[in-house]
Parts: sequence; structure tokens; C-alpha cells
Amino acid sequence: MALGLSVIFGVVRVVNFAHGEMMTIAMYAASVLFAALGLDPFAAMLPIAAAFFVFGYVLQAGLINPFITRPEHSQFMLLVAVAIIMVNAMLMIFGPDARNVQVDYQLESFQIGSLLIDKARLYAAAAAVVAAAALFGFFRFTLTGKAIRACADNYLGAKVVGLDVKRLYALTFGLGAVCVAVAGCAMVLLVEVTPSLGPAYTLLAFVIVIVGGLGSMGGALLGGVLIGVSEALAGLFIAPSAKSMFSFGLLILVLLLRPQGLLGKRS
Amino acid sequence: MKRRQFNKALAAAGAAAAVSPFGILHAQAQKLRVGVLLPRSGYLGFIGQSCQKGADLAPEVIKGMLGVDIELMNADTESSVDTARTRAERLIQEGAHVLVGAFDSGQSAAIAQVAEQRGVPYIVNVAAAPQITEQGYKFVFRNFQTAVDIVRNGLALIGELFQATNSVPRSAVFMHVNDTFGQAMAKGIGAFMPRLTQLPFKIVDTITYDPAAKDLTVELSKAKSANADFLLLVCRLNDAILLRREMVKQRWNPMGIVSPGSPGMYEEQYFKTLGKLSEYSISNVPWYNPNAPLTRTVEKAFLKRNPKEKLVFHGLNVGFTFEAILVAADAFKRAKSTEPKTLADAIRQTNITSKMTLGGPIKFNEKGQVEGIGSACVQNLDLIPKVVLPANAAEAKPVFPAPYYKKA
Repeated sequence: MALGLSVIFGVVRVVNFAHGEMMTIAMYAASVLFAALGLDPFAAMLPIAAAFFVFGYVLQAGLINPFITRPEHSQFMLLVAVAIIMVNAMLMIFGPDARNVQVDYQLESFQIGSLLIDKARLYAAAAAVVAAAALFGFFRFTLTGKAIRACADNYLGAKVVGLDVKRLYALTFGLGAVCVAVAGCAMVLLVEVTPSLGPAYTLLAFVIVIVGGLGSMGGALLGGVLIGVSEALAGLFIAPSAKSMFSFGLLILVLLLRPQGLLGKRS
Repeated sequence: MKRRQFNKALAAAGAAAAVSPFGILHAQAQKLRVGVLLPRSGYLGFIGQSCQKGADLAPEVIKGMLGVDIELMNADTESSVDTARTRAERLIQEGAHVLVGAFDSGQSAAIAQVAEQRGVPYIVNVAAAPQITEQGYKFVFRNFQTAVDIVRNGLALIGELFQATNSVPRSAVFMHVNDTFGQAMAKGIGAFMPRLTQLPFKIVDTITYDPAAKDLTVELSKAKSANADFLLLVCRLNDAILLRREMVKQRWNPMGIVSPGSPGMYEEQYFKTLGKLSEYSISNVPWYNPNAPLTRTVEKAFLKRNPKEKLVFHGLNVGFTFEAILVAADAFKRAKSTEPKTLADAIRQTNITSKMTLGGPIKFNEKGQVEGIGSACVQNLDLIPKVVLPANAAEAKPVFPAPYYKKA
């Protein structure tokens, strides 16, 4: 999920404040597909990711593009408004009740010695790694990916050489939305979904990308691992209810010592 | 009527309205407007909706019982203390004569402040933090046990449970939510445990957690590492589900999960979500009397409105919410007024003997608290909550230690 936020910011330079809400929609989509067709959320990833690509593309091309050159507070208000609309739409459609998906392996775990590894979490982590690797590959080895990177590096230069920047931005937002869809499908196995779930995950994604470095894909992965491990260790060795304190403490430390994030580039 | 006469009449009416005490206008009300504040969305949403079922059926049942007309003014607190406060303000502005709610201690404490400031009677349906009725408030009433009573009764029932099942667990790990209710319960347990020397177990570790948490993996692994005989749990609903699932994932199979008095494990959603995994969880809680005549009346109305549901999953929430509105209606009938002070005085004189919940009559002490509300040990058996203790009210025999879920 944080990867999507980082990709969108890294290229389009827009901070997606509706990121958590988009993930919540993906979670609802996975739960609906499971309830209606019995489709495992991991199998539902492909159709949901495809739908989210179109959704992200249209959202960027139709709504966000006109705001690209506007002040940041306008972008902020726009995306907060989008988030609020999404939450209320979900409330109207699904109601306030929590929904979940129950599959056989959800309560199972692998045992390696005395170590227990939750199956659903392991599969979710594998899906995240595969999605990240595919995204890396796309940006590194395809012409479109290289063109997007060119837009990110030099907006004016990209326009001068004739790249269709608006289309590439929409494509990037679509890819960011795909990351969100993958995250949503994986998360629905771990967390019950309610319409109000989004803001907490938007905040978490922000913490992760700021620690890792805004715009850096590797940074998003590193940030995710660091935040997760620091929370788990703090919970285990200090106090479980204080675990969030440590992730935010880490954020402050990074902001003080390396404001661009661990793998971010100095602007 | 000439213009001058009309103006005079208008001025006279205005002057009369200006000088007349609000009570006279209140006293003319034919209906009692009850502001119902419940967390119908957010992390307490399921329980709030369960309580709402008790409120929804109340006007019809109470009209039949007392002949009193009730108009419900519903407000969703969204499981938030701040929202509860603002919704209470709004309900009062919109003309609520009495407030009822709000299931959660933190939210109820906030509503109590508003009700006291605005001088509008407030009847707590479910909320246990002792401070709600310890502030010297004149307009706040509670027909529910305080955390101290819940813990005292809950621990006593744990002792009875061990005796009844001939089990002697030596250690417990205590997990509790860190909200107002959870902290109040933890204080109560801290105060009572050293005095209850007859209990065979010691608390070897205490773990607090956020009731709105989406992941309790670390908390549960810490609890497991304490290697305790059983889990003593003060929870809400969503976290109880998360913890139970996590216990299976982490293959922790203690002798049982016992709540000394908290919601969660007897709620319908706990059964629906966990299925077989919900079995054998134990909650020592204020409960309803299935054999009381009023319960039968309420159950009839409940089934009429919710034909696919069973009262047993909502008994506590429906019972205490219904009774809170019954208290208001009964006082309104006696006071024949909605003037806040008159209504509050009438609530203070309440003496309702025919009730749905366990325990003595509904009578408020000088603090606005009902004393003598009973608790029951409720165990999930055959996918419904059943009273297993006290023995004279038991529907089934308690099972402790609980069998391993795969063999159960």
C-alpha cells in the first residue's frame, strides 16, 4: 500500500490523501467477490487490480490532472474531499457493519522449530513482494516505465521531448491504485473491513513512505519493514499498547536526522 | 379583531411566554421525547446496534404497559467520546426530555457532563466506570453495575466456576482494553484480587491493548509467553474476535478464556464470526432473567421486529436499554411533567419490581446508582450463550477446562 503512495508521489508529485479509503474499497470488493462467487481474495487480486487500474487512471485523468500545477493545499483539499466521498459512499452501500472473509488457511500457521508463521500473513507478504518486483521490473525494463521515470526526473524535459505527460501521470496513478488493490485483497484476510478503516491506514502509509523516503520504491519497502519490526519489538519487550509510539518516534528521528527519508533523494 | 387589538394580544402572549417558567411548557407535553445515544457505527457498532434493538421496541411495549407515549430521538455516537458529547448537546437542543445510552463508559461520562450542565435527566443503560455516578451529579442515573460490582461479582463467580468444575488453575494472564471501562475494571481487579485469597490463581502478567486495534498479534504472543493456565480477559467485541483467532493461529490453548465482566464474547457477532471457535468462552456479566414475565413481553416484541434473530444474543443489551427507557417512562407517568427537575426527582423515586434483568428492584440510591443488580456466569455452549452459574439459574453445566478446539 505504501508502495502505491510512494509511486504516485514520486512521479505525479501529488500526495494521495484518499489512499487508505481506496484500500478499503478494494477490501470491500474482495469481500463481495468472496461472498458472491467464493473467490479467494488472492485469486480476486487480478480482477480487482484491473478494475483499480482503470479507476486510478480515470481519477487522475479526469479529476486530479487539473490540480497538478495548483498549490499543494488545493490538491490536499481535493483528495481529502475524494476520501470523504468514498467513506460516505461505502457507508451508504455497505452500512457501518464490519465484514470479513473466512478461508480455511486463515487460522493456520507454519511451524519452523519454535517459530510460528501465520499463513495468511506469509501469503500477503509474498503477494506484496511479487507486486513490488513487478513494479520494479516495469519501471526498469519497459519503455513506458522509463518514460514515466523520465517524467518524474524532469517534467519540463519530458514535455520537450514529446512525452504525453498527462497520459503517463494517469498511468502512474493507475499503477498506484493497483498496489492499493493488491494490499486491500491481502489485508481483508487479516482485518475486518469497515468504511471508517481508511484514515488509519493512510496515516500508516505516510509514516512508512516518510521513513523510507517519499518517492522511493525501495524506501517504501524498507520503511514498511522497519515500522513493522519496530512496532513488534516494542510491543514484545516494552508494552504492547505503546507500540505505535515507537513507529512515530522512529518517524521523528528520521525527520530530524535524515529529512529526505532513509532512501530518499535530497531535493 | 382590529389591528390594535391583535397587536395587544400578540404582546400579551409574548409577555406570557417570556415570563412563564419553562416547566409549564414542558408540563404540557403529551409525549416523552427520549434521546437515545448509542455507538451504532465504529468499533462498538455491533453492540450499539444490539442496544438499539432494545430502544426500538420500547415505545410499543411501554405504551402497552404504562400507557405512556414515547418518541425516540436516535443519535449515533460513532464510538467516539467527542461525538457522543456533541450529539447529546444536539439532542437537548432539539428538545429531548431525557437522554439514554451510551453503552461505553467514556462516552457515557461525556454525556453525563453535558446532561448535568444542561439540567436534563440522563439514564445510563450500560456503562460501568464508577466515576459516572460518583461526581455528585443530580441528573445522572445508572441501572447497571459499576466496575467495582462487576469485578466483585465476576471474581466470585470465577471461584464458583472452579469449585463446580473441580479445577485448580494456578495462574492467569490478564489482558484488558485500555479505555475508560477497561481501566476501571483493571483497577477493580487490582483492588479485589489480593483480598480474595480463596481464588487459587495468581495473575502472572497484565497486558493492556487498544480496543480499536486491528492487529493483536504481539499482545497475544506476549500473553502466550506468560505460560499461564488461563486467560482473564476484559474486552470488547472486535478485539475479542481478533484475540480468539490469534490464539488459534499461535496455537495457544490455555484452560479457558474467562471474562470477569465485559462484553464481547456473548455477542451474536462473536458466534457468527468465529463459529465453533466461539465455544467455551466464559463471561461473568450482569444478565437478563429469561423466566421473568417482562422478558417474555420484550421477547415477543423483539421477535416481531427481528424475526430472524434470537433474544439470547442481545438479552443484556436489549434488557438494560429497554429498562433505561422504562425508568424514564415510569417517572414521566408519575411526574406528569417533562420539566427536567420534576422528572429527575421522579426518577429518583423509582421502584420498579417487575424487570427483565437479574437482581432486585430498580431503585436509585442518593448517587443515582441502582444497587443489587445480579450477575451470571455465561458460557458459550452449542453456539449460544447459556447461564451455567449460579446453579439455581443454570441452563447447563459449566465446562472448564475447555477442550482443545480441534477436538471439541
